[in-house]
Amino acid sequence: MKVTVLIPGVLRTATDGASHLDVDVPEPATLGAALDVLAATYPGLDRRLRDERSALRRYVNFYVNGEECRRLSGPATPLPAGAEIQILPSVAGG
Amino acid sequence: MTVVVAIGTRKGLWLARSEDRVTWEVDGPHHAMQEVYAVAFDTRGPLRLLTGVSSPHFGPGVSISDDLGVTWEESASPPIAFPVEDASLERVWQLQPAPASQPGVVWAGTQPSALFRSSDGGRSFEFVEGLWNHPHRPEWSAGFGGQAVHTIVPDPVDPDRLLVAMSTGGVYRTADGGKSWEARNKGIKAYFFPDPWPEFGQCVHKVAQHPSEPSRFYAQNHHGVYRSDDGGDTWQSIADGLPTDFGFAMVVHPHDPDTIFTFPIEADGRRFPPEGKCRVYRSRDAGATWQALGAGLPDNFWTAVMRDAMCTDTAPTPGVYFGSRSGEVYASPDEGETWHQVAAHLPDVMSVRAAVVPA
Repeated sequence: MKVTVLIPGVLRTATDGASHLDVDVPEPATLGAALDVLAATYPGLDRRLRDERSALRRYVNFYVNGEECRRLSGPATPLPAGAEIQILPSVAGG
Repeated sequence: MTVVVAIGTRKGLWLARSEDRVTWEVDGPHHAMQEVYAVAFDTRGPLRLLTGVSSPHFGPGVSISDDLGVTWEESASPPIAFPVEDASLERVWQLQPAPASQPGVVWAGTQPSALFRSSDGGRSFEFVEGLWNHPHRPEWSAGFGGQAVHTIVPDPVDPDRLLVAMSTGGVYRTADGGKSWEARNKGIKAYFFPDPWPEFGQCVHKVAQHPSEPSRFYAQNHHGVYRSDDGGDTWQSIADGLPTDFGFAMVVHPHDPDTIFTFPIEADGRRFPPEGKCRVYRSRDAGATWQALGAGLPDNFWTAVMRDAMCTDTAPTPGVYFGSRSGEVYASPDEGETWHQVAAHLPDVMSVRAAVVPA
């Protein structure tokens, strides 16, 4: 099942400059499964999105069709066909 | 002679260069907006700069430069990763190249408290299970800065011997390459416990050693300044003569094992230099007597110097360097006698290391 992942500018050095990536996710398609597929091609992106236990980094937000995944089911959030995953650093720091 | 000083801050790294160690050219930020708690120069081969970087958003890592910051290399896969289910890397606090007899070996100390070993110059690291599996570990706790192995002192001769220090937890020592570890805190006071002389749990801030005296260590503790002459088995106070026994930094002269430098801070509850005067203290006799060094340093200095924010270079007459929470960096070209400002208005300085650039 195909979904699209939007990459913020600050992370595009890890995606060879790509601003969005089309990802073919195996069923059952979840956010975590999509990130697993991305990790195989872009390990330098994955380590910035998730720690070594594959936990989502606290100050990175993952919007699934406009809804932040932590208000849904986190990495287990199901992805409908054609879903758009937008990755955005959260407002943090000083 | 060119000296380069790497200045790690809470928001990036700056590099300062000087021919005379009086006037400085500063460039940066490198790794902008990333915390740089650990910097190290690896001088065993062509000069290499290692940095422990951490983005508040995108996590920690290790970045390497072999051309003094012109280009940086950071591996796609995490160079340091916990292979256990109950921990993940939060921050790299220390990067310590091993002695020249162990080329390629670099040690890393992390938060949470763990030790990692690289055999490829810092590109990838292996977890040291022996320390992680120590029965004391569940009782190590977090100091104000977090629970971390912040100090690694490899033995200058024996590759199996290593000393680490952590806040809080104290000093631990291995003689078998990291398989087994023993707490070595006898004589170091932990005033914040009902029993102030526990086997472990001390809040040791920094330990330093001179390679020509491998059985002697100096320690700056969370209140308490100590020396051990028996490889860490026992510790004796050397705080008499200092204005206070609190502080973070402890640095040994590169050519004289009896000369050490500290930056005293008034107290745990008042983290300013005594009377707000920016002063480095030096002992020429292994801590028996101390001398305040302040020529060129300011008064009304209401800030502090962190545990890794003081160092020397290795020139014949060594330079001494430190940086402050207020983003000021000072250098002495003459073992602390006189001081000159290297930089000001940087973010909080967390780590400072200096190297003589090979001609």
